[in-house]
Amino acid sequence: MSPTSSLNTESNFRRTGQQEFRAYRAGDDFYEALIDAHLGLTDEQSEQLNAKLILLLANHIGDLEVLADALDAARKGV
Amino acid sequence: MSTTYQNPVYDYIRSADQQSDQPAHHPLVIVGAGPVGLAAGLDASVQGIPAVIVDDNNTVSVGSRAVCYSKRTLEILDRLGCGKRMLDKGVIWQEGKVFFKDELVTRFNLLPEEGHEQPAFINLQQYYLEEYMVDRTREMDGIDIRWKNRVVGVDNDANTQIVTLTIDTPDGPYKITTDWLIVADGANSSVRSMLGLAMEGKTFEDRFLIADIVMKADFPSERWFSFDPSYHPGQSTLLHSQPDNVWRLDFQLGWDKDPEEEKKPENIIPRVKAMMGEDVEFELEWASVYTFMCRRMAHFRQGRVLFAGDAAHQVSPFGARGANSGVQDTDNLLWKLKLVMDGKAPDALIDSYCAEREYAADENLLNSTRSTDFISPKSKTSLRFRNATLELSRDYHFAQKLVNSGRLSDAAFLSESPLNSADEESFAGKMVPGALMDDAPIQGDHDERWALKVFANRFQLLYFVDNASTLSQTTANQLLALNQGEIAIQPVVVATSGTAPQGIRTVLDSKGLLGRRYDARNGTCYLSRPDQHIAGRWRELDNNKITQALNTATCNG
Repeated sequence: MSPTSSLNTESNFRRTGQQEFRAYRAGDDFYEALIDAHLGLTDEQSEQLNAKLILLLANHIGDLEVLADALDAARKGV
Repeated sequence: MSTTYQNPVYDYIRSADQQSDQPAHHPLVIVGAGPVGLAAGLDASVQGIPAVIVDDNNTVSVGSRAVCYSKRTLEILDRLGCGKRMLDKGVIWQEGKVFFKDELVTRFNLLPEEGHEQPAFINLQQYYLEEYMVDRTREMDGIDIRWKNRVVGVDNDANTQIVTLTIDTPDGPYKITTDWLIVADGANSSVRSMLGLAMEGKTFEDRFLIADIVMKADFPSERWFSFDPSYHPGQSTLLHSQPDNVWRLDFQLGWDKDPEEEKKPENIIPRVKAMMGEDVEFELEWASVYTFMCRRMAHFRQGRVLFAGDAAHQVSPFGARGANSGVQDTDNLLWKLKLVMDGKAPDALIDSYCAEREYAADENLLNSTRSTDFISPKSKTSLRFRNATLELSRDYHFAQKLVNSGRLSDAAFLSESPLNSADEESFAGKMVPGALMDDAPIQGDHDERWALKVFANRFQLLYFVDNASTLSQTTANQLLALNQGEIAIQPVVVATSGTAPQGIRTVLDSKGLLGRRYDARNGTCYLSRPDQHIAGRWRELDNNKITQALNTATCNG
């Protein structure tokens, strides 16, 4: 990862407008929603969902430098 | 198999009730002398309610079973007068480490700040906890434990509001009646079955082996959880220390394993050696193979019958949310029962037990289900995400935080409770209405050193001020007037110096931590409940608002 990278790898899940009493809660909420999104899908359908999800999130981020860092980080060790 | 502990045998004593022509009547009967039933009995005694506890056995837990007891449980046990003994015997810990393929990927600290009397957790075999609680019942008034008394019949009469129990004993059956029945007879509650009440939830298709071993080892007293370790590939393990050089080893086995085979020492020993090393010297102390369910009753109440602990809700063991939440159930219930018995609060206050503890149970179920789903993924996709999270956790903070090896038990924030009065002014921090009160070091006027020693067992109004000696006559009279209602509110002045006039209790906030944790300024007030939860708070003293909040907190409003 380049030293100027702005890819945020600190924990960043949060819910706006609600007091969070436990640091793990928002991340666990997301993780459950992610797993639940795949309920009842075949493996192939799950792969398709994941591909679409990556594209949606990538567009939301938009910044190509950040995306390049994310691609590098994801590729590492695979 | 146990070598380090000899179970006590408690005598069956024939009760006078067994000779009686008519069933003897009691205000409160508790079924089950496990941690939850015993906590109910002790709390009843604190509240001044005579209690009969019936248990079908005549000893404490056979096997170590639940070993992790949380800060909140220790605070409750301390309030009940037996916390210190647990603390002295238990192994204190607060750190957890998580390994993935033998590499440390993340660690957590469950109590990263100073200024609390109780530690984050102790590990203590369940039999010690129960034995110390039984010993404590003998020092307290009005607790009648009847061993070898098995409930075989329950008649919950909605018209008379009297519960009749048929109890079998070595001398044959007898009947008693009671105004209130607390059912704490565990996950396979026979009373729940007799009343035809169901649990709703799900079973997980996985098996785990618990092996307690006696071993001399100098590992730190931390919770070590391993995903996919080389000695147990594809599965997880857990290592935890207990008193008497006992170590709790937990092995995820998978659904296809035969529990009877896995329980055999010749199959356990190789697993232990693979984990701890071929040369390690150990003795097998206790073993059990378990599956688990996450489920609860739809309602914790049926008329005069109240369910608590595993009888009402069951969770997976990841997070130590079983026994710990059960003790919090009775912490919530007994003060309410006392007010209703005394005619100082309506029956609806008992419904608030259900509202608050069903909410807490849902939180426990949510967290323990999520941990289980992470530890034991159910589909190829969820396994893929789980392993990706673990891979990323080697390098990245966000992934370390997503790793879920158990979200450990803490007190629910009852922020949506009907007993709360909503904030009218703004406050920072976590001491919201419904929150469990934070402890802090103090100097009490009866030599107390910790806030939760003072803030307990009754409604109290904490009044924060810099110098207690400067309290005006008017304010002092106003505070003392709160003590004169039908339900008394004991005023406690929290100050950095001085002594409150007219004998009002004064707590010196010696390190300033109470003030900081409660975001207090001069004149800030907190109304606290007997179970150390916050009912309401204000920036200035207003007896009308406080009385209204008391009414709300007791369903009198």
